[in-house]
Amino acid sequence: MVDIDALAAEPLFGLPLADLWFALLFFIFGMFLFLDGFDFGVGILFATRDDDHEKEQLLAAVGPFWDGNEVWLVVFGGALFAAFPAVYANLFSRYYLLMFAILAALGLRGLAPEMYEERADTRWRRFWGSAFIIGSAMTPFLLGLFVMNWLLGASGLITPAGILGGLAVVALTVVDGAAFLGLKTRGSLRAEASTYGVRAALTYLGLAVLTLETAYATTPGLRASFRSPFVGLLVITTGVLTGAYVVAFRRRRFYVAFVTAAALVFALVGLVATLMFPYINRAAGLTVQDAIISTLPLNLMSIMASVLIPIVLGYFVVLYAAFSGPVEAGETY
Amino acid sequence: MVDPVIASRLQFALTTIVHIIFPVMSMGLAPFLIYFTWKEIRTEQPIYEQLRRFWTKIFAVSFVVGTVTGLVLEFEFGTNFAAFSRTAGELFGGPLALEGMMAFMLEATFLGIFVFGRDRVSDRLYLLSSLAVGLGTWLSAVWILIANSWMQTPRGFEIVVENGHRVVKLTDPLAAYLNPRFPYMFVHMQNAAVESVALFMAGVAAYYVFRHHVWGYPIQHIGFWEKTLKIALVALIITAPLQVLQGDAYARHVAETQPQKFAAMEAVWETESYVPEYIVAFPTDLNDLLDPRTKDLFGIGIPGGASWLASGGNAEATIRGLESFDTRAPPVAIVFWAFRIMVALGFWFILLAGWGAYRWWRGELFDDDLLHKALMASSLLGFVAVEVGWIVTEVGRQPWVIQGVMKTAAGVSPGLTATEATFTLLGFATGYALLLGLYTYVVGRIIRAGPPARDDLELSDHAESSTSEVSTSG
Repeated sequence: MVDIDALAAEPLFGLPLADLWFALLFFIFGMFLFLDGFDFGVGILFATRDDDHEKEQLLAAVGPFWDGNEVWLVVFGGALFAAFPAVYANLFSRYYLLMFAILAALGLRGLAPEMYEERADTRWRRFWGSAFIIGSAMTPFLLGLFVMNWLLGASGLITPAGILGGLAVVALTVVDGAAFLGLKTRGSLRAEASTYGVRAALTYLGLAVLTLETAYATTPGLRASFRSPFVGLLVITTGVLTGAYVVAFRRRRFYVAFVTAAALVFALVGLVATLMFPYINRAAGLTVQDAIISTLPLNLMSIMASVLIPIVLGYFVVLYAAFSGPVEAGETY
Repeated sequence: MVDPVIASRLQFALTTIVHIIFPVMSMGLAPFLIYFTWKEIRTEQPIYEQLRRFWTKIFAVSFVVGTVTGLVLEFEFGTNFAAFSRTAGELFGGPLALEGMMAFMLEATFLGIFVFGRDRVSDRLYLLSSLAVGLGTWLSAVWILIANSWMQTPRGFEIVVENGHRVVKLTDPLAAYLNPRFPYMFVHMQNAAVESVALFMAGVAAYYVFRHHVWGYPIQHIGFWEKTLKIALVALIITAPLQVLQGDAYARHVAETQPQKFAAMEAVWETESYVPEYIVAFPTDLNDLLDPRTKDLFGIGIPGGASWLASGGNAEATIRGLESFDTRAPPVAIVFWAFRIMVALGFWFILLAGWGAYRWWRGELFDDDLLHKALMASSLLGFVAVEVGWIVTEVGRQPWVIQGVMKTAAGVSPGLTATEATFTLLGFATGYALLLGLYTYVVGRIIRAGPPARDDLELSDHAESSTSEVSTSG
């Protein structure tokens, strides 16, 4: 039997579990942004397609994946609730209307492809096609705005750095989506995806730098965090990765471009986490250590997560292996 | 502007009432899909492939809408019930996180393979995917019901004051997560899901069978619908009696652990013994419709029935009346009538199952037009029973959000303004109405289109249908 008293006494193996959960939380958010990010990017690139067959290919490319991808957001919400309930409660009620805008955008994005496939007539498809594009663009924008507000500890919903950050995340999802289409399509569609991807990557780099400058200028409380050597390192890494992404597309190394896009997402998430730490809710003055749950449930959740997260990653390997390679003719959403 | 507490409660009620439809659909369909997939692979009979493909379409649409509405629910704890989340998060957040990691992930990733991958993966992996999806839907219910049942019968914690906030601290995980209500809730809920889907399948199939056999319409794939009706009936015959038996045990547990809820279910105001159980009740005064009191009801009552139900066999047992509690009663009319509707439906489903079984045994399953009409009329009643059942559970425990620990009104986000709450309430009312309309429209289209056509197959054993020029498919 499990010794409850021992589990309640001190963190497992004396590990800094609060910090590890902070890292895990951002890892989960990174998985969401990387995986669902390419769904968003493909949704945005849907706007550039006129041909019905190409639209079908785009939908078929993301079809088997998006549901699983989006569950990472559910897990993020659950993990934040479980490990840092005070932060979950404070953040979600603080940015109340923003949360509902995010949910509405996600709902639209989730529903649109399912509805699009339901009927073949032009008006119906035009409507749901637009809904798919709008939902795919709004969701990353609002999520970027939310995370920036969270980082800055903003009291209002709309901040200059938040808007720039939102736009940067939109550009990043196009980077991600274009790289995904590089793997999932062939011919002219693939060539055009790389053109959009390269443009989006350069836009992202510009917007990311602008966002950081604005955040630095408008939030004095955050300036100390900028002195961390990791910040400079991650900014340089982002620049290098952007270059690598562009070169990979030029050389038609689509797999490399995809991996680079993933690395760009995690570099951004790492940057946000570095800037935020040791706080987890700057607006409420809560550090990671303040906000963590007590030792017994923390130990239990840590045991569960360390078993389950690798298993979940295993599911994704099975899923992505089953649908590897470009979309075949006849595969539909 | 609506008061933020009322608006938040209405919003939560609205979003749960709509959301529950979709998990019930997926939990209920899961065992059927596993069965169809298994038979398809084992027997290679085309009808099972058609059954699998047809019902998978409905599963997939339900899953998408369920994901969208479920995410809203998860976030609403933080947005609208921040005080509750803060207080109970240490205990309540864990099951939600584990639902995501353990159950929802399994379901969502393997659904990708299950819906899109029939030609991409081996039979074995495909069958495994159907099992994984089914296991995921059921495990989801495990974690959600662990969280919910803990709120009904909280155990394994202590209250500590931390920075001026009362916070629930986990002390005994086994007591908390395997709390006494959980098994009753889980069994009742899962059986309800399968029963609801069986009724839905039977109703849809009965429509086509009725048009074909009774009205003489030539219907393509009539064999498909006959098979569907039979499978659905088998499931109904198993689940309907079980549901009432489990319900009885569940009600007794409520009487023991949440006596105020039980008193509201039976509308017992003064402590009495030998309380009757009214199956059909008419208020003698119209005011009693909104404020039912068992002593003022006229109807078909089983003498001592409620006492018998509460005590597990003693018709003379005393039931504690609502007047004797310190807290105000939940809205008794809602709980009382919702409970009546649920129980009445439960018995109606047993009757339907018995009727269908009898006709089948006599070899007249496809000829009884009254049975088909009854099945068609009942196709959505399983979902109605689930909704009223949850209303009994959730309205009945008011004013508590955590029984005996925290009142619902105290759980609402402190900073929430009436404007914000009203705005989102209106947004959700509109959005969810549209969502439900769209879902109904899409499922309706799938049903009208019928099973996916396969030109190389002859499904029907009825000669007339194969030469039909009128068809409902396409």
